[in-house]
Amino acid sequence: MRKWWLKDIVLLIVGLAVLVGANYILQVLPIQGMAYYFRVIILIGISITLAVSLNIINGHAGQFSLGHAGFMAIGAYLSAFVTYFYASPYLEKLPEGLNRLVLQNVFFLGAVLFGGLCAAIAGYLVGLPSLRLRGDYLAIVTLGFGEIIRVIFLNVEKLGGARGLSGVPAWSNFIWVYFFAWMTVLVSMRLIKSSIGRAFLAVREDEIAAEAMGVDTTRYKVQAFVIGSFFAGVAGGLYGHYLAYLNPAMFTFMKSFEVITMVVLGGLGSISGSIVAAIILTFLPEGLRMAKEFLHMNSDPRMVIYSILLIVLMLTRPQGLFGRRELWEILARRKDTVPKETRDQDKGKMNRTSGPSISE
Amino acid sequence: MAPLGQTNRRNGWKLMKNKSLVVLAITALSLMLVGCPPKEGGAAGKNTGVSGSEIPVGEYGSMTGLQATFGQSTHNGILMAADEINSAGGIKGKKIKVISEDDQSKQEEAANTVTKLISENNVVAVIGEVASSNSLAAAPICQSNKVPMISPSSTNPEVTKKGDYIFRMCYIDPYQGKALADFAINDLKVKRAAILRDVKSDYSMGLSQFFKDEFIRLGGKIVGDQSYSNGDSDFKAQLTTIKQTSPEIIFCGGYYNDVGQIAIQLRDLGMQQPLVGGDGWESPKLFEIGGKALDGCFYSNHYHSDDPAPQVRSFVDKYKERYGAKPDALAALGYDSMKVLADAMSRAPKLDTKDIRDAIAATKGYVAVTGVINMGADRNPIDKKLVVLEIRNNTTTLRATVDPAKNAAGAPAAAGAATTPATGTSTATAAPAKTK
Repeated sequence: MRKWWLKDIVLLIVGLAVLVGANYILQVLPIQGMAYYFRVIILIGISITLAVSLNIINGHAGQFSLGHAGFMAIGAYLSAFVTYFYASPYLEKLPEGLNRLVLQNVFFLGAVLFGGLCAAIAGYLVGLPSLRLRGDYLAIVTLGFGEIIRVIFLNVEKLGGARGLSGVPAWSNFIWVYFFAWMTVLVSMRLIKSSIGRAFLAVREDEIAAEAMGVDTTRYKVQAFVIGSFFAGVAGGLYGHYLAYLNPAMFTFMKSFEVITMVVLGGLGSISGSIVAAIILTFLPEGLRMAKEFLHMNSDPRMVIYSILLIVLMLTRPQGLFGRRELWEILARRKDTVPKETRDQDKGKMNRTSGPSISE
Repeated sequence: MAPLGQTNRRNGWKLMKNKSLVVLAITALSLMLVGCPPKEGGAAGKNTGVSGSEIPVGEYGSMTGLQATFGQSTHNGILMAADEINSAGGIKGKKIKVISEDDQSKQEEAANTVTKLISENNVVAVIGEVASSNSLAAAPICQSNKVPMISPSSTNPEVTKKGDYIFRMCYIDPYQGKALADFAINDLKVKRAAILRDVKSDYSMGLSQFFKDEFIRLGGKIVGDQSYSNGDSDFKAQLTTIKQTSPEIIFCGGYYNDVGQIAIQLRDLGMQQPLVGGDGWESPKLFEIGGKALDGCFYSNHYHSDDPAPQVRSFVDKYKERYGAKPDALAALGYDSMKVLADAMSRAPKLDTKDIRDAIAATKGYVAVTGVINMGADRNPIDKKLVVLEIRNNTTTLRATVDPAKNAAGAPAAAGAATTPATGTSTATAAPAKTK
């Protein structure tokens, strides 16, 4: 009997220790502007969560969703609702100390999970009717849905409306952000190896064939949608509690496009691709601020450079940075260019089609 | 041993691998090139004051993005003010160095840029942002780092409530809404008003509410209250409803892009009532969209470029000479922000963030382009000048000036923030000006 969870628990403890250590080191590093780089690193973590979760929907299950910002908004607003109106006023009455700090993080975890859950429910409600649609139609429905959510929050006066909700407690930190980023990656990787994940791939590759083989395509599509929107909601909660300010204008379809760009750039269906692209695309706009000083320009050329880099990347790698493969697969193939089973298959094919194989 | 197919595959792979490696290398290289922080200054410095010969002052704004025209005007004003101060000898023998960063009108980037300015550039003060939402995202960071921040034109009252290091240079919406209601009742002598507000914008919602409350308080009657969403193109339904209530004026405290359209459709429906609005109308684009339909409408603003006051005249002349365009209110507010900051720095005993903050808070009677600046206890300028402009033939003329400071000094009889009657001020006779 293999105790697969034992390995996971050890990994969890080691991982948490690494996170706490990294958090400490990053904060005390004597580098000019470390607070700024630290901030970008945290935003990268949130982007990873977003990109990997969208990759489950767009990459693995092959459903083109344009509503990720909407799910993010649900998570952000509803988790902020819990902390802003209930948790934070309650904590303020408590004396400062370890007790309060622990409670704060417990509340925060609860709020973020609550936000994620609400986003997942929304994903289910949207997915159930609309996932019977395909391709462009689904894209339009999800796009519309994302906007509807945004407009709803725009009109909820209690959550700030158009003025935005300022004063959201800033409880997000490096450890939480990377903990959830890691959880998203873990779930995504485990999922793709499971029967559900295989069904996702079947739906992506050929829906009709999958259906003919007995795969309940709508069910799996909805599942992908629910899982993806859960983590989008979590990312939203982390984001809102990091910025300490929420405004519906943060969750326009431009935000959805940003995440989609990450997924497509990394390679649809590649988890490591999404991670690398999330890192690059979150870092680039900030990193390119230096370009102005280097080029001695008066105007800021960073968005021009950013766009050119994107175009160059998509021209040279239309299938994304890693295509559908993972980083480790690419690295592993360096040693053994073709995996064994493919080679055997090829051999068989060769034998059938062109007679005896040429061998030395 | 290897079959033919495999060799082909391998070659294909090599090609693909090389290509992807090249791409990765290019990306990595470009990242390194632009991403390497210039290692000047060495060790991490806390904001304990200015050591070099330059005083770093940060500016963040929307140089690109939705509100780029606002951001660029402000930027021009700030740069001009900084150059003026530097050519006059700087502050305590030190030159001001403005470090500007673009935030693309995004809240996330506003917070990033402010963190960058404070932690990497060690600025002693930050100027920005125009949009309240961006200021709100950045203000907590300035507050927690104890770096004073002056927002030139964020009118949302919430901004300066973020902490004692956050200031602003413009009047706030309650003041503007009140002044406009006052203007409508006492100057236009109307009793019935309808409101058309933009639900998508916090600015419009707030301003309309403040106008409504004061209008009712002064004895007026709100006969209709309709709403639209920024970016709508058809307002006929709302306007028809309003038409049936026969108001004397329609208060439309939205942004210029909608207001132009609203004015055209209003005239199409045969309604001749004037529209009244706030500083969100201020843009050359207003006339491009609205044209003739806007004749006879009024809006309040922070300053008017034809104001005969000497500080306004010299500002407008210098700005025209430098940028070849007439300065708008945002440029004037940016200019004033920098000037007030410089004034505070020259008064501060030491050039550290704490002393600069205290000096800004103590600003009293500073004569700026947009009026006399008296910092109130809540870090908003109190009793600031407000102008109401009238639109005729794609130009604006000064219709009325609300200047509590002047009233208090010159005419003690005038109580509070009363609107100076149009005929009472010399400015009312100013020649029509082209706001282009």
